[in-house]
Amino acid sequence: MTSLAVLLRQVFSSDGHRDRVVPPTGYTSILTTATSGIMAFLTVFALALSFAADRLGERWSDALSDSATIRISASAQEQDAQVERVMEILTTTQGVKSARVLSDEEQRMILAPWFGTDLPIERLNIPRVIDVTLNGEDFSAKGLALRLRAEAPAAMLDDHGRWRMPLVKAANRLKVLGWVSMILIVVALVSMITLAARAALSANAQVIRVLRLIGAQDSYIATAFVRRFSVRAFVGAVVGTVFASLVLFLLPSAEDPAGILTGLRIQGVEWLWILVLPLFSMCIGFFATRRAALIVLGELT
Amino acid sequence: MIELDQAAYSYGGGELLSDMTLSIAKGSFYFLTGPSGAGKTTLLKMCYADLVPTAGNVRLFGQNLRNMTRDDIATVRRRIGVVHQDCQFLDHLSVLENIALPLVVSGQDKLADRANLKELLAWVGLSKRANALPPELSGGERQRAALARAIILSPDVILADEPTGNVDWDMSQRLLQLLIELNKMGKTILIASHDLGLIRTAKSQVQARVLRIYNRRIQLAGANL
Ligand SMILES: Nc1ncnc2c1ncn2[C@@H]1O[C@H](COP(=O)(O)OP(=O)(O)OP(=O)(O)O)[C@@H](O)[C@H]1O
Ligand SMILES: [Mg+2]
Repeated sequence: MTSLAVLLRQVFSSDGHRDRVVPPTGYTSILTTATSGIMAFLTVFALALSFAADRLGERWSDALSDSATIRISASAQEQDAQVERVMEILTTTQGVKSARVLSDEEQRMILAPWFGTDLPIERLNIPRVIDVTLNGEDFSAKGLALRLRAEAPAAMLDDHGRWRMPLVKAANRLKVLGWVSMILIVVALVSMITLAARAALSANAQVIRVLRLIGAQDSYIATAFVRRFSVRAFVGAVVGTVFASLVLFLLPSAEDPAGILTGLRIQGVEWLWILVLPLFSMCIGFFATRRAALIVLGELT
Repeated sequence: MIELDQAAYSYGGGELLSDMTLSIAKGSFYFLTGPSGAGKTTLLKMCYADLVPTAGNVRLFGQNLRNMTRDDIATVRRRIGVVHQDCQFLDHLSVLENIALPLVVSGQDKLADRANLKELLAWVGLSKRANALPPELSGGERQRAALARAIILSPDVILADEPTGNVDWDMSQRLLQLLIELNKMGKTILIASHDLGLIRTAKSQVQARVLRIYNRRIQLAGANL
C-alpha cells in the first residue's frame, strides 16, 4: 500500500519544472490517452462478461442440484413392485431428503403438452416417475445409480446432470474467455505504452543529452516521461471506464425475462473492480514507461 | 581535480590526441589553445566525462572515468560547470528556465537560489531576455546564458569552450572578470580560447597557465605564449 502511495505521489505531485523539461508532444499524447480509454472500455465488458458467466453458472448449478428424478418403466405387473423397491432404497440412501411418486394427475399434466389432457394414463403402460429432493453434497448420483441397476433394473436415475453440466461448462468457458480477453487487453496496453514511450524517448534524444550534460540522473529523466504516460493512461482509463459503465447501466437488468442475455449488468461489489481499473491502467503506464525509459536510456550513451 | 594520465583519443581514424599527461590542481587557472581542429573541444569532453579516452586514463576528482557508472557521471558533472562551444540549451524552455535547469535536475530548486538567479541574470546582462527562448538570442547572449548556467550550481571546476567567441571586447572582459572572480573564490578554471588578448589580460591579473595542443600533444606554453 505504501508503495502505491509513493507511486501516486510521483505521478500526481506537481513539479512544474520537471513536467516542462521534456517538450510537449502535441497530438500524439491524445493517441495514448485514447488507446488507454478504449482498452478500459473493452476491459469493462470483458469483466462484465466474466461476472455474468459466473452468476449464470452458479444459478444453473444451484437451481438443479437439489433435485433428481427416477423413472421406472417395467411391465404393468412388475411396475408397482419396482416402485416400492426403489422407494425402499431411497429411504436408506445418503443425501436424500424426501422422495415422492408423482400422482397420475401430475403425470398427466407433464405429458399434456405432448398428448393432450384426456390421456387415459391408467390404461397405458406409462413409466412411473419419482421426484427426489436432495440435501446437499453427500448425495452420490453414481452410487445410487449402481444400486438401482442391481436391485431395481427397471429404474433409471436422472440427476439432471446430463443437461445441467454442459450449461455450467459453457458458463465457465465464457468466464475464462472473459479473463483471457482481459489478459490480452493488458498485454496490448503494455505493448502500446512501451512503443509510445520508446518513440517519445528516441524523439527526445537531444533533450536527454542536454539533461545529462547538466548532471541529470537516469531516474530523473525517466520520471519526466513516466509521469506523462501514467497520467495519460489514467485519464484515458477514467473516461473509458465511465463510458462503459454508462452503457452497462443502460442495459436491462438481470431480472428481465431475457435475463440470460442481458445479465451483463454489473452488480454490487463487482463495481469495485470497475473502480480499480483506472488505477490499474495508471500502474501499467507507470511500470511500462519506466521499464522502456530505463532500457532506452541505457542504449543512449 | 582533473588528471590525464597518458590519455589519448581517436574518433576512429588516427589518434587526434596522444599521450596527454596533465594534472589540474584545485584553484588553478588554465587556458587551452591550439589551432582550430587541434582537439581542444575533444580534450574538454574527456574532462567532463562525455568522452572516454581511447588509451590511457582520465581521473575526475580521483575517480577513473572508466569505472564510473552513469549516476557517478551525473554526480561529477554537478561539480563541473561547462560552457559548451555550441551552448546546448533546451530550446523549448526560456533562458531563465535553462539557466535554472541544473538546480532543478539536482533537486536543489530552492527559493534562495531563485534570488541568486535574478542577480546572476543581471550580472551576465540578460535580465531583459529572461523569458526569451534560446533560439531568439544572439550568439553573445547565448554564451552569456551558457556561462550563467555553468556556474549556477557553484561547481568546483569550470570548463569553458570558447566562451568569448561571439562577444565584443567589453563583454569578453566582463566574462573574464567573472571567471577571475570565481577563481579567486577557489574555483578551478580551464578555458579553451584563441583569444590572445584575453589570455594576456588574464595573465596580468591572475596566475594563469597556458596549455597548447601542438602536434597531437599537450605542452605548457612559455611566457611568450
Ligand atoms: N564526433 C566526431 N566524430 C569524428 N570526428 C570528430 C568528431 N568531433 C570532432 N571531430 C574531429 O576531431 C577534430 C578535433 O575536433 P575538436 O572539436 O576537438 O577541435 P577544436 O580544437 O575544438 O577546434 P575549434 O577550435 O574549431 O573548436 C576535428 O578535425 C573534428 O573534425
Ligand atoms: Mg572546439
